[in-house]
Amino acid sequence: MPFWAEITVTLFLVIAGLFGLVGSYGLVRLPDPMTRLHAPTKATTLGVGGALIASMVFFYATEGRVSTHELLITVFLFLTSPITALFIAKVHLHQRETPDDLPTPAEGTGWAGFAAEGPARGVRDFPPDPAGDTATPEISR
Amino acid sequence: MRARFLPHPLLSLTLFLVWLLLVNSISLNSIVFAAILGLVVPMITQPYWPDMPRLSKPMAIPAYVLIVLYDIVMANIQVAMIVLFKPKSRLQPAWVCVPLDLRTPEAITVLAGTITLTPGTVSCDLAEDGHAVLVHCLHAPDPAAVRDDIKSRYERRLKEIFE
Amino acid sequence: MIGYALTFAIGCFSLGLILNLWRLVRGPNPSDRILALDTMAINAIALLILMGIWLGSAIFFEVSMLFALVGFVSTVSYCRFILRGDIIE
Repeated sequence: MPFWAEITVTLFLVIAGLFGLVGSYGLVRLPDPMTRLHAPTKATTLGVGGALIASMVFFYATEGRVSTHELLITVFLFLTSPITALFIAKVHLHQRETPDDLPTPAEGTGWAGFAAEGPARGVRDFPPDPAGDTATPEISR
Repeated sequence: MRARFLPHPLLSLTLFLVWLLLVNSISLNSIVFAAILGLVVPMITQPYWPDMPRLSKPMAIPAYVLIVLYDIVMANIQVAMIVLFKPKSRLQPAWVCVPLDLRTPEAITVLAGTITLTPGTVSCDLAEDGHAVLVHCLHAPDPAAVRDDIKSRYERRLKEIFE
Repeated sequence: MIGYALTFAIGCFSLGLILNLWRLVRGPNPSDRILALDTMAINAIALLILMGIWLGSAIFFEVSMLFALVGFVSTVSYCRFILRGDIIE
């Protein structure tokens, strides 16, 4: 394997490992649910991205063929990670926050997650807990 | 004629490219099959996509992607520094309401995705009338600056691309 | 040199999986648990890719692709279930 490829692969592997670890560490360390959402959705995306670039360079250098699967996985992760983050944020808003805690968008309107009607409506089965993340409420059906 | 056999040219092109990337080879079989997929799938799914997103300046897309990629790398370094070294008591999370000038659903979707992928911000909800986005910031001593940054850096460019 | 870097990266992602597991067991809210599961799926994808480099085999890309799909769909359906009490209405 040429020297430049070895350097590149090593560099990207180390970056990937560091960011992946920081993402998971942030999930444990950060204090409340909304801030926890920030660490993994970003750092892990770059972690996986680094690993994919390393693997692309590695297979190009050893076998001489350009592998495009990695690109596809990267694009897929970049498309889906905002959607999962949005859904998890919606779950948090639905269970933990009231419209009073949030800034209002404009006069006479609210956020779609709290609207009584409409496609983005959430079903509030229990009142939001003002005490924060201390207890897990039962989901009553 | 074109509306009947090629209702969504962009979707056809995307399907063609994704199939080629998936099979990982450029041989005649895979190109023919990718072309068949690119033709047939948009024709079958046409009733579900009544209107087509319009791109007024598609040439501006690569520049936008490069800016977002650069911001993602910077974002990761900033968020990593905050996660590793900032004491919990000095962390200032904030909710920010970003009013939107964009009106097309595709443009708003791209903007929300961009906000989630970049520095310490996650887009959480849309206003009932679709004229504002709720954004959560990991560490924002000055929420107004975050809002102005999003509006000037991403929304202005998306407005050029989509509208 | 790549061997050392690979060991380091695999160690980092494995440690990350353990930290996620801690959050999954401990996490006070359902949203934390879903987030921990999603991060576990992403870390597992990274481990699969590193495994592919380690063994020099391209078969792991299909596996990680499938894992990415299943992880995404399962996260979304957990969230849907909590939000609407139903997955497909």
